[in-house]
Parts: sequence; structure tokens; C-alpha cells
Amino acid sequence: MSIFTNRDGSRDGHHKPAGYSAFDLFRRGLLGTQWPRAWRSHDLKPSYDVVIVGGGVHGLATAYYLAANHGITDVAVLEKGYIGGGASGRNTAIIRSNYLTPEGTRFYDRSVKLYETLAADLNFNVMFSQRGHLTLAHSDSALRTSRWRAEVNKLQGVDSEVIGPEEIKKLVPYLDTSEHARYPILGALYHPPGGIIRHDAVVWGYARGADAHGAHIHQNTEVLGIEVANGRVRGVRTNRGDVAAPVVVNCTAGWSSLISEMAGVKLPITTFPLQAAVTEPVRPFLEAVIVSGTLHVYVSQTDRGELVFGASVDPFPSYSMRGSLEFTEGLAGHVLELMPSLAKLRVLRQWAGLCDMTPDFAPIMGITPVEGFYVDVGWGTYGFKAGPVSGETMAQLIATGKTPPLIAAFDLARFAEGRLVGEKGAASVGH
Amino acid sequence: MILIPCPWCGPRNVSEFRYADEAKVRPDPNATTPERWRTYLYMRDNPAGWTTEKWFHRAGCRRYFTLERDTVSNAVRAAEASREV
Ligand SMILES: Cc1cc2nc3c(=O)[nH]c(=O)nc-3n(C[C@H](O)[C@H](O)[C@H](O)COP(=O)(O)OP(=O)(O)OC[C@H]3O[C@@H](n4cnc5c(N)ncnc54)[C@H](O)[C@@H]3O)c2cc1C
Ligand SMILES: [Zn+2]
Repeated sequence: MSIFTNRDGSRDGHHKPAGYSAFDLFRRGLLGTQWPRAWRSHDLKPSYDVVIVGGGVHGLATAYYLAANHGITDVAVLEKGYIGGGASGRNTAIIRSNYLTPEGTRFYDRSVKLYETLAADLNFNVMFSQRGHLTLAHSDSALRTSRWRAEVNKLQGVDSEVIGPEEIKKLVPYLDTSEHARYPILGALYHPPGGIIRHDAVVWGYARGADAHGAHIHQNTEVLGIEVANGRVRGVRTNRGDVAAPVVVNCTAGWSSLISEMAGVKLPITTFPLQAAVTEPVRPFLEAVIVSGTLHVYVSQTDRGELVFGASVDPFPSYSMRGSLEFTEGLAGHVLELMPSLAKLRVLRQWAGLCDMTPDFAPIMGITPVEGFYVDVGWGTYGFKAGPVSGETMAQLIATGKTPPLIAAFDLARFAEGRLVGEKGAASVGH
Repeated sequence: MILIPCPWCGPRNVSEFRYADEAKVRPDPNATTPERWRTYLYMRDNPAGWTTEKWFHRAGCRRYFTLERDTVSNAVRAAEASREV
């Protein structure tokens, strides 16, 4: 791609954000001074080199890596609400790489690696807690899928193994591993590097990093249309005016069909709500993240002590983010099957976010039939963990014009050509 | 609670039903190309607003029917030819 090769490399907007350090915390605590804002607001310029639609973790990470890795800083992130107001601020923050396909395993493993150093890279505490991840198997077929995944994972160098009920009991004493349970636990896929993270901090850290490099983050800026001429993207129309751009990236997850439609690009995506709930905080007792496909439920305990519960997507597609009583009822029943001792715990909050489901439970990344219009979508119920690697690879694609091998299998053309990736066995309940 | 108007049983709780995809015309498998068949299989309109869908009355008459639904508000209304799918 030629549009960036003649850039003078100037970093007009570059500014160093206030460093966060123990000393600074102490000093500001003593003096009572305010922290400066982590990112700035700007007027909307009439043109940018790159316009990214969607201010979730994917859009912001793409902006950050465009600048940090490729020196492309004339970038706007357009967000119709506030950054992290989509699925990136509503997910249950599970990070793991024990997927079913070699393509998926390699891809998510790179993301875990990036997450491991992200706090240092961004100078922002993202509270990544690698506390181990257990996918329970309650049936022979689930156990077989677990073995399959463990072998695929090991081949890719990912720490993943099948363990039996005694070992599970040692890791999670409160789990009902007896044979009398309605769905006895036969084993589990154990993934020690898996864990949870502070999702808002990841969003804010990338926003701060992108801003520091000169990218413009525009909140309350809704994309209303996309200009395409002669098969090439020309820019976007927004509620704040028109913006010309030779590159437009669709990072809008649950809304991605609507944005792609504006460019005339059809997607194999259906938007489903996914709900989650959180309890009052209790003393730490649950180390690992627990997922049960059979019971359609997963549980983790945050650093604050709350239990976070989630399930599979709602039974029919919708753009509504309302929670339902059916969800909480079903959830409570299933959680109690796993951990009867939680019966007295109270649910404090419940919410929903939108998930862009694909036919093969794998993402859609890369070029489209419209030149300059890229997609980074199809993140379904599992895309938070992919934020870093997606930003890194999308930035590389935009900067070099070449599709990185790590995402080649996730191209949009695979649907017309019948090359689906088949990730469902590792991604339908365990996010 | 969302009530779904089944054309045979009347309004029932949504939990009795299974969503069965966007309403669309299935190409003749003997006359179509692989590309067109895959478009039918995989591509979706996924609109935000009123749309026409197929539903299945799983815990009732166990028949398919056509329904109109607003995917933003989840308001529903019977399709004109609701008994046809
Ligand atoms: C309840 C729940 C639990 C989940 N749990 C996990 C988990 O444990 N692990 C995991 O990896 N993933 C999980 N996910 C999935 C994950 O949250 C998403 O895949 C991921 O956050 C997608 O990030 P994104 O940046 O692509 O999209 P989003 O964060 O959704 O951002 C898209 C943004 O686009 C904006 N937008 C939409 N339309 C426009 C427009 N016209 N103009 C401008 N902006 C627009 C939206 O306002 C939104 O902020 C979960 C999701 C939910 C809902
Ligand atoms: Zn009926």
C-alpha cells in the first residue's frame, strides 16, 4: 500500500502522558493534585489517514499498534457512545488460548503473550491474573473434545492438559465432584495460563497509549454512512461532519453488519445478546476460572471477591441489551449444581452486551471487496482476549498491505470458498 | 416476557419457541452454484429494526411459521402470511 510510504514521520500530536508510578502516587497523594486526563478530546478533522469505527478494545488496540509499531499516527477512532461502552466494557474478561483449531490456538496464544507484558508496555495496570482455567467435561463426548483440544494445544506449545476429578477437587475444593451430581464431572481441560483481566483498564490503557502517540479518539461520534467510489472507500459520514479517509476499519462487533452494509459489504454475522451477572463480594475461595459446557455456565471470582457468572448467548438474535429473568433463573440453577454452597449468595447486577456470531465461531479479519475497507469483526462471545493480537495484526495489514499469516485463515472470503475454521467446540460456552 | 403469536396456538411465551433463521428463499440445490448456496447458508442481513423471520413452536404445535419482529425493541407482530414458511 502506498499511502503511508511518503509520510514525513512527524508526530505532531505526540505527547508524553503522565507516567504512573508508585512514587507519583505517593507524591500526588501528599500534594492532593489531580491526575491529568488519560486521553484528550479533539475537533474532528476533515480527513485522516485511517478511520477506525468503534472504540472498543479492537479499535483502540488497532490505533495504538498503528502508531507504536508502524508510525502511522494520523488516525481517528470514532465511537458513537463512550469508549468501552460496547462489549469491551461488558464482558467477563476471560483470557485463554486453549482453542480447538491450530489457527485459533496460535492466534490466541499470541494475544496471551501480549497481555502478559501489556501493563508494562502501556504503563497501565491491567490486572492480568493468570489463575488457571478449567473446562469441565460431564460426558464422554466432552472428555473426547477436551483431549483433542489438549493435543492441538500442546502441538502449538500451549500449556493445556486433561485432568481427573481428584485433581480438579484439589484445585477447586468447593466444586461438587461427587458421582451423585446430576451431571457428574468426569474430567476437565486444565489451562494454567488462562485467567481474568480488568477489561476497562485494557480499554483505557490502549486509549491512553494511542492518544499519547497522536491518534484522535472521538467519543459521541456516530458513523452514519460510508463513501465508496469505484470500488474504493473514500471516507465516512458522521453526526459531526464528513471525514475523508483512504482506509476505514470496521471494529464494531455487535453492530458490524450495519457498518459493513454502509459500504455494501455483506457479512455472515448475526447479533445475539449475551448476559452476565455478578454477586456480592465474598472472601476469596475460588482460584481458577470454571466453565461447564453441559450446564451452560461459567464462574470466576474477581480480585474484589465478587463472583462473575456467564452463560451462552440468548436464544434469538437481537440488538437489545436488556437482561431477562429467564437468564438469572437458569444461571442460578446451574451454578448451584456445580457449587451447592453458593445457595445463599445474592446476585447484585445483571447486564447484557451484543455479540457478532459467525457460522464457525471464528473471527473475520482482513480485506473486503471494497478496497481500503477492512473488517475486524465476528468476535462473538470470545473477542476480548483477542484485542491485543487483533490490533497488532490489523495494524500490520494496514501498514504493509500484506495479510499477516497469523490471520490468513480468518478472511471474509472463506465463507464463499467453503473454508470454515470450525472453532465451535472451543468457543460456544467457554468465552 | 415476550409473547409470540403462533398462527395455530395463539400468543405464547417466547420460551416455547425456537428461532429458526431469517426468512429467505432457499435456492434449488440442483440448479444453484456452490457460491450461491454458501451465500444462502452463511450470509445474513442481520438488520436493526423490523424484519421477517422463521420460528418453530417447539413446545406447542411443533410447526414452523413466519413472524415479524423489531430486533431493537423485540416487539413482534404476526406476518401477513404467517402460516407460510
Ligand atoms: C456478557 C459478555 C461476556 C463476554 N465474555 C468474554 C470473555 O470472558 N472473554 C472474551 O474474550 N470475550 C468475551 N466477550 C466478548 C467480547 O466482549 C467482545 O468480543 C469484544 O469486547 C469485542 O470488542 P470490540 O472492540 O470489537 O467491540 P465493542 O467493544 O463492542 O466495541 C464496538 C464499538 O462500536 C461502537 N459503534 C457501533 N456502531 C457505531 C457507529 N455507527 N459509529 C461509531 N461507533 C459505533 C459501539 O458503541 C461500541 O463501543 C463477552 C461479551 C459479552 C457481551
Ligand atoms: Zn403453535
